[in-house]
Amino acid sequence: MAQSTIPAQPDSGLVIDQERTWMHQLKYIFGLLVRDRSGTLGLILFLILVFSALLAPWIAPHDPLLQNLSNSRLPPIWSEGGSWEYPLGTDNLGRDLLSRIIYGSRVSVTVGFFGVLIAAGLGLLVGLVSGYLGGRVDNVITGLVNLVLALPYLLFVVFIASILGRSLINVVLIFGITDAPIFARTTRGEVLRLRESGYVESAIGIGASRWRIIFDHILPNLLGPMITVATFEMSRMIFYEAGLGFLGLSVPPSVPSWGNMLAAGRKYLIASPWIATFPGLAIMFASLGMNLLGDWLRDVLDPRLRRIKK
Amino acid sequence: MDTTQMKRPILDVRDLTTRFKTLQGTVYAVNGASFILDEGETLAIVGESGCGKTVTMLSILRLLPEPPARIDCGQAFYYDGTTSRDLLGLSRDEMRHIRGREIGIIFQDPLTSLNPVLTIGRQISETMVEHLGASEDNAKKMAIDLLDRVGIPSPERRYNQYPHQFSGGMRQRVMIAIAISCTPKILIADEPSTALDVTVQAQIVKLVAQLRDEFHMAVIWITHDLGVVAGLADRVMVMYGGQVVERARVNELYENPTHPYTIGLLGALPRLDEKEDRRLVSIEGSPPDLYLQPFHCQFAFRCPYAFERCWREAPPLIDLGNRHKLACFYDIHKGKPRDDIE
Amino acid sequence: MQRYLLSRLIQSIMILLAILVLVFFMVRVTGDPAVLMMPRESSPESLAAFRHKMGFDRPMIVQFADFMFKAVQGDFGNSLHYKTPALPLVLKRLPATVELAVGGLLIAVLVAIPLGLVAGSLPGSFWDSVARGLGLLGQSIPNFWLALLLIFFFAVRLRWFPSFGRDELSSLVLPAIVMGLPTMGALVRLTRSAVLEIRGEDFVRTAYSKGLRSNLVYVRHILRNVAIPLVSVIGVHFGYMLGGSIYIETIFSWPGLGQLVEQAIGWRDYTLIQAIAFFTSLAVVILNLLTDVAYAIIDPRVRYGN
Repeated sequence: MAQSTIPAQPDSGLVIDQERTWMHQLKYIFGLLVRDRSGTLGLILFLILVFSALLAPWIAPHDPLLQNLSNSRLPPIWSEGGSWEYPLGTDNLGRDLLSRIIYGSRVSVTVGFFGVLIAAGLGLLVGLVSGYLGGRVDNVITGLVNLVLALPYLLFVVFIASILGRSLINVVLIFGITDAPIFARTTRGEVLRLRESGYVESAIGIGASRWRIIFDHILPNLLGPMITVATFEMSRMIFYEAGLGFLGLSVPPSVPSWGNMLAAGRKYLIASPWIATFPGLAIMFASLGMNLLGDWLRDVLDPRLRRIKK
Repeated sequence: MDTTQMKRPILDVRDLTTRFKTLQGTVYAVNGASFILDEGETLAIVGESGCGKTVTMLSILRLLPEPPARIDCGQAFYYDGTTSRDLLGLSRDEMRHIRGREIGIIFQDPLTSLNPVLTIGRQISETMVEHLGASEDNAKKMAIDLLDRVGIPSPERRYNQYPHQFSGGMRQRVMIAIAISCTPKILIADEPSTALDVTVQAQIVKLVAQLRDEFHMAVIWITHDLGVVAGLADRVMVMYGGQVVERARVNELYENPTHPYTIGLLGALPRLDEKEDRRLVSIEGSPPDLYLQPFHCQFAFRCPYAFERCWREAPPLIDLGNRHKLACFYDIHKGKPRDDIE
Repeated sequence: MQRYLLSRLIQSIMILLAILVLVFFMVRVTGDPAVLMMPRESSPESLAAFRHKMGFDRPMIVQFADFMFKAVQGDFGNSLHYKTPALPLVLKRLPATVELAVGGLLIAVLVAIPLGLVAGSLPGSFWDSVARGLGLLGQSIPNFWLALLLIFFFAVRLRWFPSFGRDELSSLVLPAIVMGLPTMGALVRLTRSAVLEIRGEDFVRTAYSKGLRSNLVYVRHILRNVAIPLVSVIGVHFGYMLGGSIYIETIFSWPGLGQLVEQAIGWRDYTLIQAIAFFTSLAVVILNLLTDVAYAIIDPRVRYGN
């Protein structure tokens, strides 16, 4: 409630202010996005990633699993010996790299998306319980969260993955569970902050029920930070999935994933470097896009940080 | 009758205008502010939050980061006993010698205004080392003395402590010690007691009064609390929306407020009909929109007496006699627009 | 401060114990650790014999107590592959990993901090863009991929550095760069934002209002405050490096703990993996504790707490 209505004076040349509708808010945010080129870039990369994953069967020029040994290790289009049929070249089994990369995005997006979903859901629940109930429950939960966070992440993920075996579900579950503490911590932090701020006290004072408080007051405030964290964590998961694939611990070798491709390409690094280069580039751009998007989201969704351009 | 001693003006600010460039537009923070501060005089600057009081002071001391801030025009003549110089035209180096040495400033929030990782003793003595060329040891001795002077017990022990180990009131005393350490000619106090308890407020006010008398400093005291003003100030300046609206000696202002905003602030009503009971007056409307370039009187939006001239131009500061200045087109006592302003 | 450090110490010990528990149960999560540790084609008889030899047929409580009791003395059993005690094998490989981590940290710090300081002091400038770009890249480039790229260009094409092994000092360069890049990215961003934020703080304005020289304000007021969060992050990242060297050591054939883990996974040598997992966690926990100590010393608000 900030707009003063100005009495229109004759010849005053003054503008009468409009009410800030949500339409204006949206336009404002969009304006921020356009002005912030890195945020736009992040969004574009993110969309490319998602669309590749969703539309893979329709946009990939070849079957990613189709082996054709006579075409093995063809270079990309701009090198000598390359052709438009295999724009990014082929791997050691003659499979089209471009198609494999496009299909590989499915694994990455699935892992990233569902992994984050599980982690966020779990973390949200744990964080809410911990922050809202406080006391002993809080201490125990925080202890557990700190424990998981104190572990050398990579090592334990590799450890578990090697035990559980190669499958997409395993990978999603591993990431979902091991990443939950980060969401739990964020949630708990927000809940505590809101509790301290008197926001919740006044709601209780008016007689709002516990569930009401959670839904109407706490959850909306959580949305911003959670989305920001989710974006960054998704980027990390894409990263780590590729890493696991590189060690041969992610999805089975028959499934095209960027990590698997990197592992396979390593052997041919000297002779046919493109086999390893392109999957790596894909990982990098996917990661970059999500990091940029996350940065931008953080700037937009957390007004407190808006002053400081990160 | 002018009963005050004729003193030299030590600070003469003319038409100070400061703007900020932000993503949402230009903020017209200070719009043509002018005032004179005499030697040894205490001037109170009064106004609501956002009226430009702090920005005016920061502009004079050149403490605003140049983008996004910009001092569009104005002069601030400082007389140091021998020469008069325009502070707004000095080089960075020259300005550095003025700050802390000739003009000291105390800020509103003593917690955030002190460096948390340095001892407060260091924060006091570093000014003296810089400006007075004192050795570290001498500066330490003087600092301990100052701590004692501002009323901090066990100053030798306290010298080595950190800001978080002090209470709010004590921290403000430390800030005062820092500001007066080089015996400046002018002390600017930007709402120094606002963030503190009421009892502590009174102590701080008393302390500043004592130090002012002891060191013969001129004081500019910024506040939005008129009660504080009454006991301390010689003259009062009222600001609104970056403009100076009224200026007068304390008694004069309280007895004869002439600007509708001042009247609103003081809760007084002009006695057009002899009403015995006084109502609690509040000023209608909301604070001025500083994104609008003020080619008008900023108070016009809320003024019950505003008429078309008030929207056309910004009222100049006119002299009502008795060192009473006013920026308003309306004559409240006569109940009609003034006709003596061209 | 002492109370804070004491509680951190106790916390750390609890975490270590919990990690031991975790490590114990992880190899049993599929139900039968023998299946995990023996070759796939093993006969049921050899599995049973193995189970008995390792004591997996005892009640869980007994196994647990035995494991914990031995573990706190440093006995993690014998490596299945080498047939010698696991922990000494881990310790022998430790120096190589530490060397790699220190190298990475040095590179990260020496590049990131000056760059971040400049970027924060001159926002919008060329160096600011460089810093932000580096920060972004550091966090987005997959280090295993970067390793491959660097090997390809610098080791193979240009022949400036060796591409594997730990024979000469120059062998450290490429792996350390790969190791240090993510930390470099994070540090640049942190330093930059710390400088930006602190420059806008009230006490910096106070420092200027006292008429102090710019350099003095910068070093005494700004930098000292910037250092505080940096110390924490550097410590934490050092821990990441110790625990996350798997890829780099594998690709560069660097004979450290990371390479050992990768090999052990291939050998299904889970006793060795257990030892490595615990020991690495121990190193990380100790590091975090040391970081807390350093932080407590540097920040007077913690040292002379409220």
